[in-house]
Amino acid sequence: MIRIVRGAALVVAAALALTACGDEGGDDNPLGGGQGGGSGTLVVGSADFPESELIGEIYAQALEAKNIKVQRKFKIGAREVYYGQVANGSIQVFPEYNGALLERVDQGNPASSTKDVDAQLRQKLPKELEILNTSAAEDKDALVVTGETARKHNLKTIEDLKPVAGDLVVGGPPEFKTRQHGIVGLEKVYGLKFKQFKSLDVAGPITVSNLSKGQIQAANLFTTDPAITKNGFVVLEDPKNVFGSQNVVPLVYKSKITPTAREALNAVSAKLTTADLLAMNGQMAEQKADPEDVAEEWLRKQGLI
Amino acid sequence: MNAILSALEWFARGEQWSGPDGIPSRVLEHVWYSLLGFAITLLVALPAGLVLGHLRRGRLAAITGFLVTSSANAARALPTLGLLILAVIWTSAGDLVPILIPLVVLAVPPVLVNAYAGVRQVEPGLRDAAEGMGMRGRQVLLRVELPVALPLILLGMRTAMIQIISTATIAAYVGLGGLGRYIVDGYARQDYDSMAGGAILVIALAVAVQFVFAGVFRLAVSPGVRAPRR
Amino acid sequence: MRLPALAAPGDDEPLIRWDWIERNLGDDIAEALEEHLVLSFTPVLLGLAVALPLGIACARWRRLYPVVLATTSVLYAVPAIALFVVLVAFTGLSYSTVIIPLALYTLSVLVPGVVDGLRSVPDHVRQSATAMGFGTLRRLLRVELPLAVPVVMAGLRVAAVSNISLVSVGSLIGIGGLGELFTDGLKRDFPTPIVVGIVLIIVLALVTDVLLLLVQRLLTPWERAGRADRAARKAREEALTTGGGER
Repeated sequence: MIRIVRGAALVVAAALALTACGDEGGDDNPLGGGQGGGSGTLVVGSADFPESELIGEIYAQALEAKNIKVQRKFKIGAREVYYGQVANGSIQVFPEYNGALLERVDQGNPASSTKDVDAQLRQKLPKELEILNTSAAEDKDALVVTGETARKHNLKTIEDLKPVAGDLVVGGPPEFKTRQHGIVGLEKVYGLKFKQFKSLDVAGPITVSNLSKGQIQAANLFTTDPAITKNGFVVLEDPKNVFGSQNVVPLVYKSKITPTAREALNAVSAKLTTADLLAMNGQMAEQKADPEDVAEEWLRKQGLI
Repeated sequence: MNAILSALEWFARGEQWSGPDGIPSRVLEHVWYSLLGFAITLLVALPAGLVLGHLRRGRLAAITGFLVTSSANAARALPTLGLLILAVIWTSAGDLVPILIPLVVLAVPPVLVNAYAGVRQVEPGLRDAAEGMGMRGRQVLLRVELPVALPLILLGMRTAMIQIISTATIAAYVGLGGLGRYIVDGYARQDYDSMAGGAILVIALAVAVQFVFAGVFRLAVSPGVRAPRR
Repeated sequence: MRLPALAAPGDDEPLIRWDWIERNLGDDIAEALEEHLVLSFTPVLLGLAVALPLGIACARWRRLYPVVLATTSVLYAVPAIALFVVLVAFTGLSYSTVIIPLALYTLSVLVPGVVDGLRSVPDHVRQSATAMGFGTLRRLLRVELPLAVPVVMAGLRVAAVSNISLVSVGSLIGIGGLGELFTDGLKRDFPTPIVVGIVLIIVLALVTDVLLLLVQRLLTPWERAGRADRAARKAREEALTTGGGER
């Protein structure tokens, strides 16, 4: 017994002594940081869900086709994790969704149509960053229920949830709880107060499984997720547009992007459609195709490599 | 550094102490999952280890001995996260069951091996004396071998409990509640205070377990059996 | 070699897609393996480098040992993920964040091993060495440490295997070597990378264990003789393995 106390006391003392050590760099967030690519190399990043990696891969290969060297930094995490690295230039190209990005840059901004969101972004982004042309392809957050739940409570839109929300458990990625395009917005705009929020994965198999099995009654999934049709889920309509427009757009660190790179990325955005995203996601989900291969196939078909 | 100090501030915030994501709730959840896993582990491993250690017939004993010790080495090599994720996407049979399976699988070997070794290392002289007094197999096991083996058995149980607490923490990644939630959610939201708070709570829990077992040791192990201090 | 795909229950997704393995062996898998090797072996070497002098000091100065032992046992009982997270405050999200806690675990297993190993050297052997004119340092290096090798190696094997498994937990904060295959598999609802990761980790652990055993044999050519010695050593090793934990 004494041994444990002595040991624990020593460990705590050592830890406190270390905290007294000087603070290097005054970095507030120990989680921040990252190193940039070498000269001439563009660092392309992605978030940690398959579609983001896919689009990142498309950008990367399109750039490589124009003889630009690319370093990939994929599957970093959610925007809360990677945004700092793009803002400080450690990552120079990132596949983004205009609405969600705007929310991050200017919280509560009411713009919701693609045109408005783009215009606002161009104004509000820090001067080192820039968005290129947005594509027609969209992938929005969605609030989804099972077919059965929809029939039981007669649900077609998110508004229909109001009377029953207090009995429902909603699930999604941890960041969904604190985002405007998430619980916060749903509460503010629709007045929804759910029974409980369950932190699961990023619209992945755990969320899907929890929803099918009834452990959660509503879930945050993405509109281009093939699991929705596969499981007969119902996407609740969003008439007040909490989830806004979410067009795919490259976020770039201005000073590192050459005109060739711009051209390559804009060419991709011009050709990318929502149907394409759905199809490619389906390939990755059903045949477990790798993002690199799916990206390459699409680029070839579009004549971009 | 200062990050740890600001994490300590996290504990002071009022809302941390209420609601389903509050500290008491998460601690209780974690303890509940851990105890559940522990109970199942004991049910599976303890009788098996004791009985196997008790049998000493030649070749069978040698084989079982080899298998038992190998299981400990094998379990040490098995990656917790890998097993958890595999179980979850394979069965997707509700929340707890796919998590309990790897949880128990990883915790069984320390209990099994230590129960086995504990009984085995009982001096033959003691067994003979007991048999000489007229005790039958089961009585020898329960009234002589078990008490003598208790220190090792308790050590194995303590190791298993720490393993379970650790697995339960990691299981937050696949949707389990408990203290791991602070770490996983904190990472997703880039909220280091929450992560550190969760880590500190897990550490406190682990230390508390040490205390509990030390107490049980004091109470349950007969003074004549206690190992001389190193 | 084409083996039949095993089916996972409840889904037509096979357990292993061999073509995926073929395609990714060269880059994703190799990269993850490389990172894993660095993250698991560095702590072992680091732990050994610290445990040897520390253990020698503890064997020498009796009062030091209980203090060191108490500290390391407390640390050893803490789940790895908690230590990784605490380290983030000091080392950010870098390799050190994983390496340092694992080195501490290695220490916890090795220091008692070194101390026990040194203490187990029979007095008469020590005295003979002194009688032959060996100074303290030379006696330590030429006689005591070599005799302590079996016990230390037993601890080293336990530590190495544990480390190899524990590294994968680091993937929760993005530094996990082969653990990345696990998180990847989860996101894509894809068992193959997960199985590959598990198998590779087990194989790595096995190979390491055997290699260390060979090293031990090489370092102790005199150990071939003596049934009694072997039995005593086995007993010590067994005690180590039952006390040593995984997490």
